[in-house]
Amino acid sequence: METAPKQGRDVPPKKDRLQAKKKKPRRYWEEEATLTAAGASPGPPRNKKRNRELRPQRPKNTNIAKKSRISRKPQLPRKHRERRNTEPQRSVSGAQDPFPGPAPVPVEVARKFRRIDKSKKLPHSKSKTRNRLEVAEAEEEEISIKAARSELLLAEEPGFLEGEDGEDTAKIRQADIVEAVDIASAAKHFDLNLRQFGPYRLNYSPTGRHLAFGGRRGHVATLDWVTKRLMCEINVMEAVRDIRFLHSEALLAVAQNRWLHIYDNQGIELHCIRRCDRVTRLEFLPFHFLLATAVSETGFLTYLDVSVGKIVAALNARAGRLDVMTKNPYNAVIHLGHSNGTVSLWSPAMKEPLAKILCHRGGVRAVAVDSAGTYMATSGLDHQLKIFDLRGMFQPLSARTLPQGAGHLAFSQRGLLAAGIGDVVNIWAGQGKASPPSLEQPYLTHRLSGHVHGLHFCPFEDVLGVGHNGGITSMLVPGAAEPTFAGLASNPYRSQKQRQEWEVKALLEKVPAELICLDPRALAEVDVISLEQEKKERIERLGYDPEAKAPFQPKPKRKGRSSTASLVKRKRKVMDEEHRDKVRQSLELQPQKQEKKAKPLRARPSALDRFVC
Amino acid sequence: MSVVRAAESLLALSQQEELEDLPKDYPLSPSEDEGDIDGERKHQKLLEAISSLDGKNRWKLAERSEASLKVSEFNVTSEGSGEKLVLSDLLGPVKTSSSLATVKKQLNRVKSKKTVELPLNKEEVERIHREVAFNKTSQALSKWDPIILKNRQAEQLVFPLKKEQSAFAPIEHVLSGWKARTPLEQEVFNLLHKNKQPVTDPLLTPVEKASLKAMSLEEAKMRRAELQRARALQSYYEARARREKKIKSKKYHKVLKKGKARKALREFEKLQKANPTAALEELEKIEKARMMERMSLKHQNSGKWAKSKAIMAKYDLEARQAMQEQLARNKELTQKLQVASDSEEEEEGAEEEGELVPDAVNEIQMDANGPNPWMLRNHLRGTGEAKVRDPEKLPEPVAHEASESEEEERPGAEEEILLNEFEERRSLRKKSALNQDTEPVSRQEPKDSSSKEVLSELRALSQKLNRENQQCGKQNMSSTRTVPAVQREEPAEVEEEPLLLQRPERAHTVEELEELGKEECFQNKEVPKPMGEGQQSERNPNNQPGTPKEKKRKEEMIDLQNLLTTKSPSVKSLAVPTTVEELEDEEERDQKRMIKEAFAGDDVIRDFLKEKREAVEASKPKDVDLTLPGWGEWGGMGLKPSAKKRRRFLIKTPEGPPRKDKNLPNVIINEKRNVHAAAHQVRVLPYPFTHHQQFERTIQTPIGSTWNTQRAFQKLTMPKVVTKPGHIIKPIKAEDVGYRSSSRSDLSVVQRNPKQLSIRHKKQLKKNSVD
Repeated sequence: METAPKQGRDVPPKKDRLQAKKKKPRRYWEEEATLTAAGASPGPPRNKKRNRELRPQRPKNTNIAKKSRISRKPQLPRKHRERRNTEPQRSVSGAQDPFPGPAPVPVEVARKFRRIDKSKKLPHSKSKTRNRLEVAEAEEEEISIKAARSELLLAEEPGFLEGEDGEDTAKIRQADIVEAVDIASAAKHFDLNLRQFGPYRLNYSPTGRHLAFGGRRGHVATLDWVTKRLMCEINVMEAVRDIRFLHSEALLAVAQNRWLHIYDNQGIELHCIRRCDRVTRLEFLPFHFLLATAVSETGFLTYLDVSVGKIVAALNARAGRLDVMTKNPYNAVIHLGHSNGTVSLWSPAMKEPLAKILCHRGGVRAVAVDSAGTYMATSGLDHQLKIFDLRGMFQPLSARTLPQGAGHLAFSQRGLLAAGIGDVVNIWAGQGKASPPSLEQPYLTHRLSGHVHGLHFCPFEDVLGVGHNGGITSMLVPGAAEPTFAGLASNPYRSQKQRQEWEVKALLEKVPAELICLDPRALAEVDVISLEQEKKERIERLGYDPEAKAPFQPKPKRKGRSSTASLVKRKRKVMDEEHRDKVRQSLELQPQKQEKKAKPLRARPSALDRFVC
Repeated sequence: MSVVRAAESLLALSQQEELEDLPKDYPLSPSEDEGDIDGERKHQKLLEAISSLDGKNRWKLAERSEASLKVSEFNVTSEGSGEKLVLSDLLGPVKTSSSLATVKKQLNRVKSKKTVELPLNKEEVERIHREVAFNKTSQALSKWDPIILKNRQAEQLVFPLKKEQSAFAPIEHVLSGWKARTPLEQEVFNLLHKNKQPVTDPLLTPVEKASLKAMSLEEAKMRRAELQRARALQSYYEARARREKKIKSKKYHKVLKKGKARKALREFEKLQKANPTAALEELEKIEKARMMERMSLKHQNSGKWAKSKAIMAKYDLEARQAMQEQLARNKELTQKLQVASDSEEEEEGAEEEGELVPDAVNEIQMDANGPNPWMLRNHLRGTGEAKVRDPEKLPEPVAHEASESEEEERPGAEEEILLNEFEERRSLRKKSALNQDTEPVSRQEPKDSSSKEVLSELRALSQKLNRENQQCGKQNMSSTRTVPAVQREEPAEVEEEPLLLQRPERAHTVEELEELGKEECFQNKEVPKPMGEGQQSERNPNNQPGTPKEKKRKEEMIDLQNLLTTKSPSVKSLAVPTTVEELEDEEERDQKRMIKEAFAGDDVIRDFLKEKREAVEASKPKDVDLTLPGWGEWGGMGLKPSAKKRRRFLIKTPEGPPRKDKNLPNVIINEKRNVHAAAHQVRVLPYPFTHHQQFERTIQTPIGSTWNTQRAFQKLTMPKVVTKPGHIIKPIKAEDVGYRSSSRSDLSVVQRNPKQLSIRHKKQLKKNSVD
């Protein structure tokens, strides 16, 4: 569920490992120098000579002598064996690797793939346990190095937009960008004029290849937007509130006026789900195969498992109309925005919200969460746009007042934030990759022909799709998307066969709905509560604690030393030591309390106080 | 009664004994008078019986005795004679009295025969055998221990153990055995041979080799000489280093250090003149070193030196001082770097640098003087100028840090001198700041004139000041700390500040004040706390990071009201939405919004707080009240059990851990456990782990192919045991692991042994019993 970058392919590391044994490159002067030195110099012993080079070297003399001998008489089978042992890496061509050994891995890159948090200190462990821990850590390190090495394969670089000296990038118009880029990219900017069927909602398929849009007045269409090939176009003769692709482009969920309908890519209605009626917003959780639907009138949030067609959970939000919803792609938690300025976080496993955050003084108009699940952007009726940190604290990082509140928000894969403000789309960018978008200056702005009604960044393409009154606009936003796609997970160029296979695999790896929680890493933790409960029960059952430390029993000493008095004394000593430890521990906890107590002490009422007033 | 009965039984017993004893005694003492013995024995028996009357029913062994001289095989008694019997007495009259012949015979037999020890009883013997057998077996088995351990720890075991060596041959060998047969191949080989291309091993063509060897004699000689020289130099150097390393004199090291420092300073000055950019780099290096030092915390009082000083400090004033210096140094090293420096300082810095740094650098500096350079840098982002200026600014904070440090104790001597230089400048600056009113001339002078005399004068002054500094270390430190802090008050966040610092004028309602009053935010009421720690620390510069005040504030609750009512700066978008464009006046709109907000927000916040309070209450464990009204006192309508009683019968549940949202006013975090997810969690600690954290660490790395490279995934999911289908897996043999003899035979020997032993033992036992 965690969307870590998938390291699809691997460098052949076998070769690397083999190279580890290789010796240092041969220098052209080396042979001569050593030979002459061996002949003449009575100088300082050679093997003491310090190695100035960084690469490890073998003791030179023996090695080279051997080599030269071999080169003279290669026929001797014995020598052959020797050579096999000493230098198995010599290739036919005679070329030697100038950089022997595995390529060095930059530490920073490897650190990115580290999973074990070593900052936490472990309780003292016995040798056997320590062995296991060491093995686990070594494994982790090796794996992180492997992953870092395969970073090399991510050759694609994200796009960017840079103004000339002092030029504001927000002043650059779409037309300018289109002029500057290549034809293939320029073709990705287009407008669909669909004035008839009202404001449009739109959605890109998970691979970023297909686009589905539905107009308020019933117009539903899907197309392969790269080639502009229309897949289907229908009119459902009903208001369309939201539209969303399911796990692949072959299935399409449309929230219509009355019920939720599911169509296939030819526009054939497959299902009409009557248990979800008057749905306002749809979200699809791809790893769980859950379609989350927010129902406006009853205020229910319903999770529909599309793989088995069952409703997993129907949660009553008890907050009136629900028409602001987004998903957190990191942990599959659904965020709902409410009219009382709060955003609530939901999981199908819990009847109550996992958390509630008061974000705005007015109602919440739009919510968006970035792909790493770190930042949440909200906009409210108080015209503010805020960015929250979702890592534990839920505190606002930055806030800006917009001239007119943003009605729609969307995060791109690389953390760009798009906001639809009336008929204008503003896009903000952050400084680095993991930084929140800085709201000081917009990165891009674009004015549309109608009011914005839907925003969605296309995955793996630097394109922002905007649905508005006048149809659909596909904007170019350099640097919006991840440049590399994971070939096995979401391949835009996959064939039908590949898609089917992927579907089977994805279904096999389906994550149960009840595992959705705020911190998905918590699943890798031991359930301490039941562990302790079980321990307690065991103690109760046995009548004693099998793991308890045995009381101290003084060892019998030599004759005369082991008197009862001395035994008691020794016992006493140990007991006191333990007691002291306990006191020390409790003292460590106390200073905060003492500080609290100290305050009133400072302002201790003196006897003279009564004369003051 | 009981006595009578006992006596009766006693009589009966003695009669019985009599009957029994008769046949036994005869063979042993055939020659003696029987009646006498009988009487005596009876008497003894009686005595015994009487003695056993007192409850201790102890049966003594019946002693064999003789009538006259009472010689028995095992025991010699002298009851009849009344005196001690000595062996020599018995030996003496051997010849004369023939009646003693038998006795003598017996005695001889006694003498000649060695006494056989009482055989151990069966259990003990068996135990000994078991022990021996166990020791042997465990010894035989213990040699397997390392193998077992290795196999247990092995990542993977492959069975069957005997592997067939795969025929692996490097390609050269394959090639060397291969011969050209077809005409085409032969042709190719001919071509290769013609050109003297190496076919198999000699890797380089003769031509190449020749070219490699083609180094003139002179060149070779030169190279050799060079190498020899280098080697000699190195050996000299090594010898010298070794010698110097042995020198223990403190004074020598001190002098050496100072000399080094001086040299470094000279070099640096030279560098500054010659190549300012390199000098800047050097400075950066110094800064880096300082940072490293800060990280390593070398200067805490935990070192060897510090500990020894700590012991001495009680008695020695100097040691105490040294300790204090060390601590001060530590404090200052751990002080966070002050990032922003104000324009004033900048100015001063620029002036001084005017002396040392060429004009090109200085110009930029002057340019940057006006507004806050950091802000300016943002605007000029990407331009070259900013890049040049950047590293130059870094050393400035160094000056703050270094100013109080003492000269003697510093470890890095080169650094020290450079730092000293800064110190000079700094103190100079400070002095000028202090004497701003009194002698404004001194401040302006360096600016307009680059006269060296004035500078030198100032230097002398600053040195004097330095000395003073050293004397009154602590006071100075505090003052220097405050100076930059105060100066930093006007960082030019001109654009943002007024907006950020605006306080909402609206008064709170009484209720809200009550709710929020508990957690007052002191100075930074205006600024919402989590707006980035870094920014904040800049905004309230009076709060030095790391002070206890700061720490305390961290725990303080964030003011919700402030959080939401904070004015955030409004965005001036280039493209304003059409509807808004029609709205004419921005200020008017602002006002409108403010009014709207003032009325709208209240109930939202209050509702939320109420909700939160309810949630907190609901999640709290409830106390159990066991008071029964009417027990021990009057009960009835309008009567409540007394407070004392209620207190006594109230069982307080222990408070759970603090809520996660305790200090987060705008958040309610559900503390309920997700039981569905908990069902998927591990709830039993596997064997070697004793604490859950240990186990958690081993399962933190994901093993799925989604998160790993293919090879890593394969490695992680490698099966523990691999078997080859269709092969018999035989038990491990000693030969498999490199032992000579098969351990199996050892084992079998050991197993067989106990049986043999026991048989032998049985025989022995039998013998004993026969004897």
